[in-house]
Amino acid sequence: MTRLLRLYPQLLRTGFAEAVAYRAEFLIWMFSTNMPLVMLAIWAAAARSGPVGGYSQEGFAAYYLAALLVRLMTGAWVVWEMTMEIRQGTLALRLLRPIHPLLQWSADNLAAIPMRGVVAIPVVAILLYVARGQLSHDWFSWALLCPALLGAWLLYFLVQAIIGTLALRFESAASLFDAWLGFSNILSGYLIPLDLFPRAVRELALVLPFRFQLSFPVELMLGRWSRAEALELLAAQWAYVALFLVSTRVAWRSGLRHYAAYGG
Amino acid sequence: MMRALRVVRAQLRASVAVALQYRFEFAVEGALALLWMGVTLVPLVVVFGTRDSVAGWTFPEMLVVLGWFVALKGVLEGTLSPSLMQVVEHVRKGTLDFVLLKPADAQLLVSFSKIEPWRVTDFAGAAVIFAFAFQRIGHAPALMHVLLAAVMLCAAVMVLYSIAILVVAIAFIAVRVDNLLYLFQSVFDVARWPSTVFRGTLAVVFTFVLPLALMTTYPALALLGKLTPQTAVGALVGTLLFAGVARAIWISSIRRYTSASS
Repeated sequence: MTRLLRLYPQLLRTGFAEAVAYRAEFLIWMFSTNMPLVMLAIWAAAARSGPVGGYSQEGFAAYYLAALLVRLMTGAWVVWEMTMEIRQGTLALRLLRPIHPLLQWSADNLAAIPMRGVVAIPVVAILLYVARGQLSHDWFSWALLCPALLGAWLLYFLVQAIIGTLALRFESAASLFDAWLGFSNILSGYLIPLDLFPRAVRELALVLPFRFQLSFPVELMLGRWSRAEALELLAAQWAYVALFLVSTRVAWRSGLRHYAAYGG
Repeated sequence: MMRALRVVRAQLRASVAVALQYRFEFAVEGALALLWMGVTLVPLVVVFGTRDSVAGWTFPEMLVVLGWFVALKGVLEGTLSPSLMQVVEHVRKGTLDFVLLKPADAQLLVSFSKIEPWRVTDFAGAAVIFAFAFQRIGHAPALMHVLLAAVMLCAAVMVLYSIAILVVAIAFIAVRVDNLLYLFQSVFDVARWPSTVFRGTLAVVFTFVLPLALMTTYPALALLGKLTPQTAVGALVGTLLFAGVARAIWISSIRRYTSASS
């Protein structure tokens, strides 16, 4: 454990250096996250003639800018890295290192957050300028935002890790993640605020883990929950994190037994 | 000209043959394309659950725009992007020299080198969307309008292709930004809405600078019988200009290209 505490900051530093080295590409990846703005366009047009389901034009702006912010700050790409390394056989090299590959990848993904912050700052500025009246006034919501964002990132990272682990057995694990992403776009509130869905869909979305990835932190920023409700939701989010963590461990162990390094 | 067509045909055949080797992938990717089409439709259905018309467009009319969007996205992500991503790869590895040495036009050679045939599901999906939309409108489009829409579609594909070529030409100058094509793919997502959704500066940008209006809004207007002849002619002239500029920039950046190996 103490060894890990010494190692991890070093891994973070290496990951950060890498993100800085590929900064041009990195920024372009960030800029290609524009879906919330595309969705904002249609809803803003729809709300020209009056509020839609409790959202004014300003309300939509606040929601989608917050969604963009959460998506920018909680990105992960480990599933593509895993499927590529497994196919090319370079995973074997990682396994030889005296640290768990998933820890290395998590450091790489986390270390990019300062770079993500650079892109996120203008989004925050626009959010504060356009729709500051829509944001939460309670400091408690903002205090919970930190663990909520960390939980959201962990959920995203761990789902990718679980599906990436499946690549040890199946060829098309990346396609599986693509399908998961399709459902997640709808059910996490990324494309449409969950409270605008018909009742049946909304109730389904509220129990599935997707909402904790995006909708929950966004709602915290918009001050939708009382303190007690927010705490309850945070607990639910972290329960999902714990569940995913255990699943990752199980999937990794059993997957590794199937792994025959190609070309090795 | 005949020779160019023969080259294109041979290339298409070769790349389809390569893709068809992976039959399981064909099925999986085809299913995924259907899923994402559903994801594209959901927001529109929810928006029109609350409003009868948005920015002057009714639900079936907006569906016609979305139909063109789905079809063009199929063209972009099924043909143009995979082929042109290979150019970027060639530039980085220095293997573009082999393409340039071949006795045919390089732009022609790189444009159809890789195809993902499962994206035909996009065209099938677009056809279903059109059928549903016109069933809701209550009458089929007139033959005249279908023909005009077909012409506008050709213009749309031409513009799409020109932009893709421009983006790749940039890759010659700045190899570091090899994912610029992905950025364009994500900007193209804006074309799912008709151009009247945007106001002010954005409306001007998406009509004249990055002519997304030309790609989906004008073909949709043509199919609905609402495109004025002036707009149609203007769009066609604009398309030819755009394609000419793209070709000129491609040639000049090929000339500036200094291979990685020499």
